[in-house]
Amino acid sequence: MSAAGLVDRSALLPESLRDDFPILNGDVLGGQSLVFLDNAASTQRPRQVIDAIRRVYERDYANVHRGIHTLSERSTEQYEQAREKVRALINAPKSDEIIFTQGTTASINLVARSWGDANLRPGDEVLMTVMEHHSNLVPWQQTAARTGAVLKHVPLTEDGQLDMAEFDKLLTERTKLVAVVSVSNTLGTVNPIQEIIAKAHAAGALVLVDAAQSVPHMPTDVRVWDADFVAFSGHKMLAPSGVGVLFGKESLLDAMPPFLGGGSMINEVMLDRFTPAELPAKFEAGTPPIASAIAMSAAIDYLQQIGLERVHRHEQSLVRYAYDALRQVPGLRILGPAQEHRSALVSFAFERIHAHEFAQVLNDRFGVAVRAGHHCTQPLHALLGITASTRASFYLYNRPEEIDRLLEGIATVQKLFAPKGRKRKSHS
Amino acid sequence: MPSEEELYQEHILDHYEDPFHRGTLARATHAHEDKNPLCGDVVRIELTLDGDGKIKDAYFTGEGCVISQASASMLLEELYGKTVDDVKEFSAEKMLELYGPRLTPNRQKCCLLSWRVLQSAVHSPSAEGNQS
Repeated sequence: MSAAGLVDRSALLPESLRDDFPILNGDVLGGQSLVFLDNAASTQRPRQVIDAIRRVYERDYANVHRGIHTLSERSTEQYEQAREKVRALINAPKSDEIIFTQGTTASINLVARSWGDANLRPGDEVLMTVMEHHSNLVPWQQTAARTGAVLKHVPLTEDGQLDMAEFDKLLTERTKLVAVVSVSNTLGTVNPIQEIIAKAHAAGALVLVDAAQSVPHMPTDVRVWDADFVAFSGHKMLAPSGVGVLFGKESLLDAMPPFLGGGSMINEVMLDRFTPAELPAKFEAGTPPIASAIAMSAAIDYLQQIGLERVHRHEQSLVRYAYDALRQVPGLRILGPAQEHRSALVSFAFERIHAHEFAQVLNDRFGVAVRAGHHCTQPLHALLGITASTRASFYLYNRPEEIDRLLEGIATVQKLFAPKGRKRKSHS
Repeated sequence: MPSEEELYQEHILDHYEDPFHRGTLARATHAHEDKNPLCGDVVRIELTLDGDGKIKDAYFTGEGCVISQASASMLLEELYGKTVDDVKEFSAEKMLELYGPRLTPNRQKCCLLSWRVLQSAVHSPSAEGNQS
């Protein structure tokens, strides 16, 4: 099987950018070359990001917003520059609207606890979708249990897109918030966020976008979306784990009570009470992920030098190639919509062979790292009538030849685990 | 790290394709079901225990990877006709030993699912069993 001729090579990024990623070039698997196709779970880091981490710790590190000594000044300046980088990346109006968190999960929990607890009343509705990640389901289940709010879920169409006709029906004057994923981490479906937000606002509801799978892969403009809250993670976009972002409109964040209490988030503390700090400190209690945020800034630089539009075209070229090839594999069921409606991943399942077998053999024999399991979307897998699937997810450093290796591995697994009429030796 | 040739030894694939006592019991006295939350593998074990705590019959059903299902078959074959005390003495280490190939920590969870279910099943009287 060859990629030549079937791939739009003009859309691909130069292969030389792989040289920036030490883990893709080092001998990390003991002689076997690595094909890393688990990017929807977490990406790898370029030298530029690793260097940024080292530079902070070797030259500039101290706690932020506290000391007046040189290193604290340097760390604070770089940390705040990172905030400004994030603001520009998603075109937020103000850098005060960018809250650094531990990641998407922490960002959503912040909104659920702070905005949710303060604003949701018994009978109020939170409208979600059946394709949400556990991180955008469980916090709202917890909030609903505390507030008496009711959770509703937009179903899928046959081909794995959001059923917008049902969305229109489920969106009512009782809906106070729509919490929706921009790109499904399991189906790859790209949701019509702008349309969803316009309709939600017309109905008087706010919108939280779980953008963990879209911000790393395509340009994001929160002003074009007119989103109220947007959550995403650093580690899915070349930055370290442990840092993520919550964007919120200033008026909303201002009106929300603080979530975590502690240092940094205060203005004045007495023994029995406190007054909260202004944004963004109000929501950044404790020592933040300083080096991780600064390294995230380097990751954003790296992505913007290439251009997220070009990253997106590269990935579209890869996913088109993978989708067309996988469709021809007998017995393989691709989850989710046609290629033109999906982002940079393909999940699939076989009737008779479990995802673990794929992940194991792909890893052991082919050096291909894929995800096997439910990808933190158990309700979605239940709806699809399966317990697990195998997911190949791409990023800017992946190449068509790596998809060939995936296909070769899939063919091998099918042969290995085809029923052979085996008989168990009887136990003596 | 073990290679897949070792993980999927012939006798394991034999158990997967031709399992020991895959099915249900009409009159189970004890039963338990659990899943591996990481991957959704599920195993249910139904038992008929006599008054002396002897396993008179045992069946399993389930869905999941080769390791989770073959290990369930191997476990029931191993402990068929034994007693509740034998089950209690059959440690996780012994289960991994019975399976054979060395497993990475994540795959050990697949292998130990049926073992966990059996350990609970012997203490879980089933509703049908009580009625009968």
